[in-house]
Amino acid sequence: MSSPILEIQNLHKRFGKFEVLKGINLTMQQGDVISLIGSSGSGKTTLLRCVNFLEDYEVGLVAVAGEQIGYVEKNGKRTRLSEKKIARQRAMTGMAFQHFNLFPHMTAIRNVMLGLIKTRGMSKDEARSVAEKWLERVGMLDRRDHFPGQLSGGQQQRVAIARAIAMNPQLMLFDEVTSALDPELVNEVLEVILDLAKDGMTMLLVTHEMQFAHDVSNKVIFMHDGKIGEEGPPKQLFKKPKSDRLATFLKNSKF
Amino acid sequence: MDYNFNFAAVWRDFDLLLVGLWLGFVLAVISIAIGCLIGLLVAFGMLSKNKAIRWTSASYVSAIRNTPILVLILFTYFALPQLGIRLGKIESFIATLSIYSGAYLTEVFRAGLVSLPTGLREAGLSIGLTEFRTKLYLTIPVMFRNVLPSLSNNFISLFKDTSLAAAIAVPELTFYARKINVESFRVIETWMVVSMLYVAACYIIAAVLRQVETRLAIPR
Repeated sequence: MSSPILEIQNLHKRFGKFEVLKGINLTMQQGDVISLIGSSGSGKTTLLRCVNFLEDYEVGLVAVAGEQIGYVEKNGKRTRLSEKKIARQRAMTGMAFQHFNLFPHMTAIRNVMLGLIKTRGMSKDEARSVAEKWLERVGMLDRRDHFPGQLSGGQQQRVAIARAIAMNPQLMLFDEVTSALDPELVNEVLEVILDLAKDGMTMLLVTHEMQFAHDVSNKVIFMHDGKIGEEGPPKQLFKKPKSDRLATFLKNSKF
Repeated sequence: MDYNFNFAAVWRDFDLLLVGLWLGFVLAVISIAIGCLIGLLVAFGMLSKNKAIRWTSASYVSAIRNTPILVLILFTYFALPQLGIRLGKIESFIATLSIYSGAYLTEVFRAGLVSLPTGLREAGLSIGLTEFRTKLYLTIPVMFRNVLPSLSNNFISLFKDTSLAAAIAVPELTFYARKINVESFRVIETWMVVSMLYVAACYIIAAVLRQVETRLAIPR
């Protein structure tokens, strides 16, 4: 078997005195779709952010495609990688954020093109045609020259997903991408993600949409108090929760 | 009141006033351009993780902002030569106004930077941009557009401060006005015309800057 797309071993992370992640282990193979569920403060988002090193971590290993993220280990000593190397590593993963985080001073297509030109080194024409392809895929090609402020939340999120995925990442990270949306705009975004999953994209999602997690994932992880509380295929996890905690959580999430 | 207005002396040297007005404008443009660079650097310095850099930046801002600009002008022109730093009148004034505006613009930029959503920087990093490129393409351009209105205010205020250059005999508008005043004794006429020239110039500058603001504004 080839090396996994994502490998996390014994990951610990603290914010000051507060330990947010207390020893996480997780492996993802090509094409896996894994959903992280759990109540607020359980560490889901922090875990996701460690994968592209938006958060650094104190103990453990995060490796994407066999390459340790953020640090180099030498004779048992850990050194932080140079800024340039970290930037290159970040481009191996794509991320979609809860609040979209589009660049407000650029049109939709410019948002997608920036990384292609500056990080991937494409020419403007090349970048434009790649960006057009992905905007079409998320149904936003007709809004290519609109600025983020002129788009609805759902439309902004679709552009943001196109911006991340156009970079051709090995792994896509979705951080509660529908939480900031009006209810009637949630589906258009979920459909885009579902479409990408069908295409074989490897994805790690933090979500509060239980039905969606059930439908899209081949594995669901319930996080509790900085640890993995329970994990397994969605059918098993949602239908036959082992712990009371998960059962209560699912009941409160109205699943 | 029984006063006979006579503008003849002012009109005779009106071209001098315009030359002075233009010089003041050029001095303001050059100084605010340099001040912007200083302000941007020091604003990042104020937000640096390094304590020494933060302290140096904050000291610069409070030292300059708490000194009257006229004192700074006189210090640079008269005191610095004693220390071996000799500058011409115009160079000395540009240096002073740049350092002065830099301190004010630091505060403008710093406020602009801290008010940006953190997501902007993170989104840049997430597509593989380095911190420097994230600043160059994302945080600075967005911040700059956001602070444009207060930048305009500062520009107008700095333009008016160029009148203080008369104190070290830089031949700008106020300098020529004093000259005409002394030579013609037409005190009221001279200062009336000069005031109106400043008002008109500021009005035009403000109108142009408003246009720039509208054009650069982030569409919503």
